[in-house]
Amino acid sequence: MTEHLPVLIVVTPLLAAPVSLLLRRGDPVRVWSLLVTWATFGGTVALLSQVLDRGTVSYALGGWAPPLGIEYRVGLANGFVLVAVSFVGAVVLTFDTRAGSSRPTRARRYLYYAAYLLCLAGLLGMAVTGDVFNIFVFLEISSLSSYALISMGEQRRALTAAYSYLIMGTIGATFVLLGIGMLYAMTGTLNLADLAVRLPPVAGSRTTVVAFGFLAVGLSIKMAVFPLHQWLPNAYGFAPPKVSAFLAGTATKVSYWVLVRILFTVFGAGFVFGTLHLERFLIPLSLLGMFVGSLAAIYQDDLRRLLAYSSIAQVGYMTLGISLNNPEGLTGGLVHLFNHGITKSGLFLAVACLAYRLGSFRIDGLAGAGRRAPLAAFAFVVGGLSLIGVPGTAGFVSKWYLVLGALERGWWWLAVMILLSSLLAVAYVWRFVEVAYFREPGQLALGQPRFEPPAMLVPTWCLIGAAVVFGFWTDLTVGIVRPAVELLLRGTL
Amino acid sequence: MSGALLAPQAALPVALAAPLLCAAGVGVLGARPNLRDGFTVAASVVTFLAVCSLWPAVAAGEPVELDLWPVLEGVTLGFAVEPLGLLFGLIASGLWILTSLYAFGYMRGHHERHQTRFFVCFAVAIGAALGIAFSRNLLTLFMFYEALTFSTYPLVTHHETEEARRAGRVYLGVLVSTSIAFLLLAVIGTWRLAGTLELRPGGILGPASDAAAWTLLALFVFGIAKAAVMPFHRWLPAAMVAPTPVSALLHAVAVVKAGVFTVLKVALSVFGLERLRALGSGLLEGTGPLLLVASFTIVSASIVALRQDNLKRRLAYSTISQLSYIVVGALLATSAGALGAGLHILTHAVGKITLFFCAGAIMVAAHETEISRMGGLGRRMPFTFLAFLLASLSIIGLPPFAGAWSKWFLVLGALDAGQQWVVGVLLLSSLLNVAYLLPIPVAAFFGKPPAPLEEGIHEAPWLCVGPLLATALLCLVLFLWIDPWLGLLEGITG
Repeated sequence: MTEHLPVLIVVTPLLAAPVSLLLRRGDPVRVWSLLVTWATFGGTVALLSQVLDRGTVSYALGGWAPPLGIEYRVGLANGFVLVAVSFVGAVVLTFDTRAGSSRPTRARRYLYYAAYLLCLAGLLGMAVTGDVFNIFVFLEISSLSSYALISMGEQRRALTAAYSYLIMGTIGATFVLLGIGMLYAMTGTLNLADLAVRLPPVAGSRTTVVAFGFLAVGLSIKMAVFPLHQWLPNAYGFAPPKVSAFLAGTATKVSYWVLVRILFTVFGAGFVFGTLHLERFLIPLSLLGMFVGSLAAIYQDDLRRLLAYSSIAQVGYMTLGISLNNPEGLTGGLVHLFNHGITKSGLFLAVACLAYRLGSFRIDGLAGAGRRAPLAAFAFVVGGLSLIGVPGTAGFVSKWYLVLGALERGWWWLAVMILLSSLLAVAYVWRFVEVAYFREPGQLALGQPRFEPPAMLVPTWCLIGAAVVFGFWTDLTVGIVRPAVELLLRGTL
Repeated sequence: MSGALLAPQAALPVALAAPLLCAAGVGVLGARPNLRDGFTVAASVVTFLAVCSLWPAVAAGEPVELDLWPVLEGVTLGFAVEPLGLLFGLIASGLWILTSLYAFGYMRGHHERHQTRFFVCFAVAIGAALGIAFSRNLLTLFMFYEALTFSTYPLVTHHETEEARRAGRVYLGVLVSTSIAFLLLAVIGTWRLAGTLELRPGGILGPASDAAAWTLLALFVFGIAKAAVMPFHRWLPAAMVAPTPVSALLHAVAVVKAGVFTVLKVALSVFGLERLRALGSGLLEGTGPLLLVASFTIVSASIVALRQDNLKRRLAYSTISQLSYIVVGALLATSAGALGAGLHILTHAVGKITLFFCAGAIMVAAHETEISRMGGLGRRMPFTFLAFLLASLSIIGLPPFAGAWSKWFLVLGALDAGQQWVVGVLLLSSLLNVAYLLPIPVAAFFGKPPAPLEEGIHEAPWLCVGPLLATALLCLVLFLWIDPWLGLLEGITG
């Protein structure tokens, strides 16, 4: 059974989704989905420990040997990504908003769970597969289900947000497909490892360059790299908060991983940075994303949109990690994938708790939150500290490596920019702090119970607590990513 | 400081953990004030005794270390006790006991709200200060440095008023932005240049170029804004909106001393005095420009202090000025200078905490904050103003008070370094100290009240007056009892 783990972690949630449609009733579906997601998480952990023990795992789907058959290939790096994604997926699903959610979602809860499981299957599939067309298939599975998830938001504007994400996401996916098609035309193979062998002879051709461009732009849309981020604030802002929590911690992160994988193991750093000079585009765009995203976050009135703009800035850190093209920088980027994932998901869950207690997502409506919902408000503060990158939080670890990577290249100015941009995070986190702790609570907030139900608080603090633990103890993050990065920079998984 | 109560290896974890346990215990006992406050005192005594138990081992040169686990590759969350850190730890934990007692009198006398949160954050802040004192590498130090900033924010903004909110913005804004933009860059830069973050007497920089070393030094001096070198001093006067025990222990001792301690420690253990001297010491080369900035801070903060009518703000500017003495001592890069700087951490702490205790006692007893209205008050509160006088004399640096020793060694250090002009700065500053400190007790004893004093104004509760008399007395005692401290600090210059 353990040798089938690479496929099981994808197939389990994939097949569980239609089952939850059959179950239909709310509570059994919830129990079922929880079982499946936590089992999937267990599977990814087992898979990662297998990789740690025995090295890269290759799995031929249906017994068809690669490169003809579809290959699932798990190395240290994507083993790490799988664990990160399934962890966030399982914890966020545990978060129960029944008490706070609106009628339409309550009536069709089983649809929510089905879409959630599909989305999780798609995201895990993207990370696990070693076949470039398979990546596209899973990309579409995760995207289509995430459009459905976003449209379940309470306000009607969730529908337009989902629609505009659908348009942007489809363009992105089409770009990816075009890129894949061109690669196939040039090399006649879809297997990533095989592509890496066959691509260098034709690397100079215009088709290859254009293929890379399509892939990079398509994936950049999905991960909201500035200036292709327009869909994200509305999508995260109007989706149900736990959907935002799930997508913020996983969707953009998996697209980031796919970009890293294609860039370093298929095209190779030599081609991308030596010939194409990707860093000349990516560094300015990353910096713009970091500053524009953070500045925009400062001026948001809705906490969900504030977090969404902050995500755009954080994606900037991750892409900066790629463009530094050295071990420290890429370590920073990949570690940030996990660190920012748990932090941002935890923050969205904290926002959901606050909204449940105080009935508002707007910062103005959260006056006195520190008194009325002390644990949720404090969770937001701790998560905010991790966004800033205060030492002792996960955000600090990633920033440390990014700055180190910049210094390694001799770019002092870039190190300064990274640190300055993290100061902007202080401004938007402290907007919340001042309202939550310095303003008298409004009348609405009076007379309700002080604490949120455990089904809300426990998952929130699970993620926020992890953001603190991984700030002090990095064996499982840096300890795994560091050797993985050495391999990636040599072009293998 | 005779025989150790605890084995040194056991005392270090106790000293580090006791404040945090205290915070947890205070949080749990919040509903029962007497038990809660008793617990704080017990924890502070345990902390102080644990720190004291480290003395014999440190004096004998035995290593006392505690390594927890690696945080980043090659950098461990770890602690090692050395003389300077022990000195700072003793000051912070010893004065914590007195401040706790004082705080009970003050917070209850003043009917402050949220006392549980107050004492929780207070204990965390002391824990962070001890973490800084005993850090064995720059990463650990930086972590506790930031923890100190964030744990004191709720204390500064304790009153939750609009004024407190604005002061909190300045406090956090200056401290966090300098620490992330400059200090963190300096730490990572050190890692890049030296390949280690270990704090070792004699320095770790090795073959780094002079330009790089100079840049690092500037980043450190300005990045450690807790040392309040201008232009990054604004947070300290802002922090005065906090309840007085916070101003007394944190903003005259723990927080600001953590800043100058870090500067001194960086000078000694990242650069090493030789390396600093090698940078050059002319006015416009090497440490010269930074010395100029620190000297400017000494003089101009004193001049600003002259013009403040609010007692706590005047003391805050006086603190800014006195902190730069220590920065100057570190930048002089001579043994005597470093010794003077280390001693000044001790002597200024004792003197300044007394002055703040007095300011708080006056506030509790007479509800007075403005100096111009304190005339004649000394006849109603003789002990408080006597203590104020003694502590002022110590800050000015007159014998027979402790402050005389540190100024003496600082002057020696300046002469050794061949920087005669620094001696002039120190003398000028002492004159300014006289001008802004002495008129206060003099007017209180001999002046006339601006308006007839209300009946019933008398000394503050004994829980307030007792501690301030104790620290005032300590200013005297330390003058006579300076040898053990000199002996302790002798080793720091490597």
